[in-house]
Amino acid sequence: MIHNVTKKNTYFDSVTLMLFSSNLEEIEGVNQAAAMMGTDHNKVLMQDSGLLKKEAVSDVTANDLIIGIDAENQEAVDQALQTLEDQFANKSSSKESATKTFKTFDQAIKENPDANLSVISIPGRFARSEVMKSLKKGLHVMLYSDNVSLEDEIALKDYALENDLLMMGPDCGTAIINGVALGFANVVNRGNIGLSAASGTGLQEVSVIIDKLGGGISQALGTGGRDLKEEVDGRMMLFTLDALANDDETEVIGLISKPPAESVMKKIVDKAAKIKKPIVACFLGGNPEVFKGTNIIGTTNLEEAAYTLVKTAAGEKADALTNSPLYQKTDEMLEYVNEGKAPYVRGLYTGGTLAYEALLLLDEKLDGVYSNIAIDKRYDLKDLQTSKENTILDMGEDYFTEGAPHPMIDPKQRADRIIKEAKDKDTGIILLDCVLGHGSHDDPAASIVKAVEKVKNDRKDIVFIASVTGTKKDPQDLEKTQKTLKDAGVHVLPTNNQAVNFALEVLKKRGVING
Amino acid sequence: MAKVNKLFSDELNVANIGIENFTLTLKDQKVNTVHIDWRPPAGGDAALAKVLDILADDRVEKANKEAFDRINDSEPMLVDVVYAKDVLPDMKKNTIGHAGPRLAWDEMCGPLQGAILGAIVYEGLADSLEEAEKLVLNDEIDFRSNHSLGAVGPMTGMITYSMPLWKVENKTFNNTAYTTLNEGLGKVMRFGANGPDVIEKLKWLEKEFAPVMKAALKSTGPISLKVIMAKALAMGDEMHQRNNGATSMMVRELMPHVVKTQQDNPELHKITEFLTGNDQFFLNLAMVAGKAIMDAVSNIEYSTVVTAMSRNGTNFGIRISGMGDEWFEAPVNQPEGLFFPGFTAEDANPDIGDSTIVETVGVGGFAMGSAPAVVRFVGAASVDQAFQYSKDMQLITVGLSPTLIIPTMNFTGTATGIDARKVVETGILPVINTGMAHKKPGIGQVGAGIVHPPAACFEKAIKALGETLK
Repeated sequence: MIHNVTKKNTYFDSVTLMLFSSNLEEIEGVNQAAAMMGTDHNKVLMQDSGLLKKEAVSDVTANDLIIGIDAENQEAVDQALQTLEDQFANKSSSKESATKTFKTFDQAIKENPDANLSVISIPGRFARSEVMKSLKKGLHVMLYSDNVSLEDEIALKDYALENDLLMMGPDCGTAIINGVALGFANVVNRGNIGLSAASGTGLQEVSVIIDKLGGGISQALGTGGRDLKEEVDGRMMLFTLDALANDDETEVIGLISKPPAESVMKKIVDKAAKIKKPIVACFLGGNPEVFKGTNIIGTTNLEEAAYTLVKTAAGEKADALTNSPLYQKTDEMLEYVNEGKAPYVRGLYTGGTLAYEALLLLDEKLDGVYSNIAIDKRYDLKDLQTSKENTILDMGEDYFTEGAPHPMIDPKQRADRIIKEAKDKDTGIILLDCVLGHGSHDDPAASIVKAVEKVKNDRKDIVFIASVTGTKKDPQDLEKTQKTLKDAGVHVLPTNNQAVNFALEVLKKRGVING
Repeated sequence: MAKVNKLFSDELNVANIGIENFTLTLKDQKVNTVHIDWRPPAGGDAALAKVLDILADDRVEKANKEAFDRINDSEPMLVDVVYAKDVLPDMKKNTIGHAGPRLAWDEMCGPLQGAILGAIVYEGLADSLEEAEKLVLNDEIDFRSNHSLGAVGPMTGMITYSMPLWKVENKTFNNTAYTTLNEGLGKVMRFGANGPDVIEKLKWLEKEFAPVMKAALKSTGPISLKVIMAKALAMGDEMHQRNNGATSMMVRELMPHVVKTQQDNPELHKITEFLTGNDQFFLNLAMVAGKAIMDAVSNIEYSTVVTAMSRNGTNFGIRISGMGDEWFEAPVNQPEGLFFPGFTAEDANPDIGDSTIVETVGVGGFAMGSAPAVVRFVGAASVDQAFQYSKDMQLITVGLSPTLIIPTMNFTGTATGIDARKVVETGILPVINTGMAHKKPGIGQVGAGIVHPPAACFEKAIKALGETLK
């Protein structure tokens, strides 16, 4: 039975609502449930998923909350509604006591004139005017929203640069400023390494590895994923380079991104030539040879970038990664890997850059890896519900996050996918990330383990491999996370790079690829 | 590079706009954070958002600043009591002014129809209500919107040929506005009552009371209404639901002159009893002050400042300065609040009256924070909530009044000059304190509460003004 309730003039942001909704689905007797604001788009979504009766939507507006519950019986409906009400009540009461809440930016800034940074996470089409309000008041901006037009991005960055302000984003999910984790970021040591990154989990992975190697971060700034494209012209990365060059605390600078457009690369190299501090770049998928003859040190993966940064920051020369204290010998682990026939790797990632790095590393050794973020269009995975041969999925991409929370916030979708992959007899290895830190789920390992336990007995041949992007200081317990995974039989490696390499070694051992 | 590097050496202080979880993680890290519970401008309506973009124009800003200055510069002075037939434009024996935008008979709510039938009898055009209705149905009554007559009236707002009116001059801008004399409490025509006693009282007002007021005003000379309003805010009035302070101040001005000019009047006791017996005596004067002020703000090209808000019981209408006399209408809402014993929400008529002119000028619901005594009555849960209402109004107005000050809120000025753009952008609607009439004619007031104008009025208004800027 479908049950619909609307609440007039009741607004919650979509992330909050999705979290609330997912809790409802855990109630016995509830098949599916959703609470959404009544925009036209959402109404169609809910109707399509059979959660909304036609007659329920006639006078619902974007300011009204619609609740749809598909349940076995009235009891389950009642319990779901009660659970939802409890969540609403908690939310509003905690909000009142904990934080000053305002309706508009102008009102907030009047009461808190010392604010110096806006973190903005609203639907992209509204971002421009909201960002502009902050910039005009002299606040730096971290713009988490995506779906912002290139035109808006350029206009906002130009305005920011004219006024000497940071405009991190759009689509900037991670930054660490003055030791404060913003968005999805880990708690890391402070130190002398300054980072500028076009990618979120790339920045997380590098800052976490730096921390584990005993190094520290001065500032970690985001630029937004498109900054190094020709159109945006590296506006923000060039600006952050200057900012880090002028920052007394920063002694070494790290740049993390996909390869820039050629024209942008030239600007970065020219800018770097004028900076006295050492610069290490990790342009994932690019050829580090291009930095020959420049004062930029090129690296090929996130771990190498972090290791090189730490060595350089200590005034030493970087050597092979196998000398890194974080390097884990795998001989012993390999011995435990059973003989299996299934040939394919399935990488299920919550972090976009981690997925991309895995794709690149695997692609070097395997003949084509299918993906929703494929570099070679021939390997575009057409049906994202079904993996093909070797597949890497970035489950934070639009297809998976439309109408569902990002898997770093709610790992349920990824857990479901683990179970699905295990049903494919060709799945030999399941490769995973597990991202900790502020913003992420309280216990992402638990959901992985729950799925692994479900499939383990039927598929003893599948090798589960994971790396944990997290530090001891993160709000989640790093050691417990690692132990939970290991106890469930997941092979845990210290970095994504080493996790992927271990996957390749398993394939070698099984004779799928040549040693 | 100074600014960005200054950020690195300063303590981080964050304004988080959007996902609340980010605020919570910042709180966990003990970072000073304010959360902005962001809502899409114009309720997510893309076409309206576009209009807002067009209206984010310096010409509009300038025009609104001009409007705001005119509101503050205005000096409404109570100068006289006159008769409608002598002063209102094109006033005939069968002309009836009513609250809100002009409306056809069959669209009118019960109390408005009831009041009109009573008004026809009052004017001697018919001997009975039945006869009066026949005149209406034969199209023999000329209905007008009070605002189009340069006047305002509370609730049904009846203004007819013989009625006495307060005359107010805006000294700064040389414009004039009129309103009726408040009938007092109980069964009154403004709530749709129309029995013989109601009409008899109106006649007494016309024949006995009005000449006394006229004589007294002649003796006092012009009285500054703005000064009384400012004093009343300090006495716990917001001047829509509560006028106790303002009424007392007004009576204090008038009383010596009433006594002085009426020494031989046998009605003197009855007159002073009436004058002192009605806490809402000043309501009409606050309204006419508002009308005199806002008329001076009308017709400033490109201005989105609201110059009138008014309801006829069926539709809510607003005017904005840049669009002159045009009404932008939408169906009225039902007020929410408390009911007198024996009445329930079922009995209440939809929102009605010109009295929302007081909110237009920045008092009434906008000054709710100054009137702790009535916050529960108008449906606010606490004094803090009343303060919050007044603060929220600052988000939809051009500025704060330099003269109408709310002492209970640390002497902040009342939010003044409603900017229709901001209403649409924020989705925050003006808050109105209002009385509620019984939906059946002739019964009277059943309660009081708060009500909001429909958002559509503001949306239509800015769309129309947006056209002029293209």
